[in-house]
Amino acid sequence: MKQRNRGHHISQQFDAELEDVRNSVLAMGGLVEQQIIQAITALVEGDIKLAEMVIDNDMKVNSAEVAIDEECTHIIARRQPAASDLRLIIAVIKTITDLERIGDQAERIARMGQRLAEKERPKNQYGELRHIGELVAKMVHDTLDAFARMDAEAALEVARQDLVIDQEYDGVMRQALTFMMEDPRSITRMLDVMWTARAIERIGDHSKNICEYVIYLVKGKDVRHTGIGELAKEVKG
Amino acid sequence: MVSKNGLTHGINLDALNRKQQAMDINNETICLETDALNLFYAEKQALSDISIRLPEKRVSAFIGPSGCGKSTLLRCFNRMNDLVDTCRIEGNILLSGENIHDKKIDVANLRRRVGMVFQKPNPFPKSIYENVAYGLRLQGVKNRRLIDERVEKSLKSAALWEEVKDRLHDSALGLSGGQQQRLVIARAIAIEPEVLLLDEPASALDPISTLKIEELIHELKNNYTIVIVTHNMQQAARVSDYTAFMYLGELIEFGDTDRIFTNPRKKQTEDYITGRYG
Repeated sequence: MKQRNRGHHISQQFDAELEDVRNSVLAMGGLVEQQIIQAITALVEGDIKLAEMVIDNDMKVNSAEVAIDEECTHIIARRQPAASDLRLIIAVIKTITDLERIGDQAERIARMGQRLAEKERPKNQYGELRHIGELVAKMVHDTLDAFARMDAEAALEVARQDLVIDQEYDGVMRQALTFMMEDPRSITRMLDVMWTARAIERIGDHSKNICEYVIYLVKGKDVRHTGIGELAKEVKG
Repeated sequence: MVSKNGLTHGINLDALNRKQQAMDINNETICLETDALNLFYAEKQALSDISIRLPEKRVSAFIGPSGCGKSTLLRCFNRMNDLVDTCRIEGNILLSGENIHDKKIDVANLRRRVGMVFQKPNPFPKSIYENVAYGLRLQGVKNRRLIDERVEKSLKSAALWEEVKDRLHDSALGLSGGQQQRLVIARAIAIEPEVLLLDEPASALDPISTLKIEELIHELKNNYTIVIVTHNMQQAARVSDYTAFMYLGELIEFGDTDRIFTNPRKKQTEDYITGRYG
């Protein structure tokens, strides 16, 4: 890993603490990724049991956020990290906030899944939600990968995927509107579909935020609210 | 979102905006400047090709491992190194544009303009009052009232007045370490220098006295250009506007303290301030 190649701290204990925090973030990320996949599977397959599990597991995501936050506070208080160490801690604190919100969206998708399971199922078995859901799950996976490897270029590539997800989201919304106009009886169900698509789209946004923290961590430049062009300039420049 | 007067939803962001205007050396008046400075102690080169510009009425900190030359560089600015027989200097040092090695320069006068405070407080074995008045008397000031005024003003500036005003004629050696250090700073500013050189001014003090010195540095920068050498990186981060990192006699990096401590450009700086090796 690039970060590790830069040499160890004189304090091995400090090294171990930072390593622990990084690993905890990746573990939390893994849990969140699994939550997304299971929530979408539960929805698409109408699996109420699985949806329930996702809803229960959100507690784990929440407590991971609190625990990692606390660990970061301890490191700041005891080690006064500077430069890349400081940026790592700041990036971690922000990353876990977005991960927790991704977790909330997964829970929301699972709840939609429970409701949709009780309703009439469409012919395509929610293929469009499965598709955009898989895209966003991959995006979260790649984001965590970029974080693990401290790879700004990979983070930039993943941030670009958010545009694709936004387009897919627009497609789902248009389609849902068309259905509702054709058959007003589908309105309740289609509203749930729209909420689900919205939740998935939000996950993409959170994931993009995390990519921006990775770029900040590696390059030392805050690239939030600047647009993808600016991100690219910072990463390549 | 942010209107011209810095108001967003009724919240005043002026202070934040001011803070975000990073220190930029190009917008500063330069007080001290070295140009390709080399310094040798006999055969051994202690400073290599140092070119640095220190801005006026700002705090600049020199950090680096022991023996990197930061104290040597500091001592160049008031020609303290003249006192070392084997010391040889190449290159120029300018104080407000004036070459301090020029023949016209009177070294005693230079040291009046560039005051210095050392690691260990070194008050004279005299009264508190006499310590502060010493420099003025040396300059031949006889006016009793002027001296009284200047002693009070200096002790106030050094944040010591309240603690000693009732015992000005007691021995300075009876003060605590932290008080002695502030007394020495009062003594240095009594003669109204332009620059204050501080060589690890707080390293022999307890944490509370250290904070008082740091607070004092913050106050003093309104009137003086301050250059501080410190082993304590957090202290450099707390008190300085600009930070220079030195290593093996070379100036590795110099810049805005906020940037140096969040995003240094050089790997050596990064390794040093994050406590890494190799």
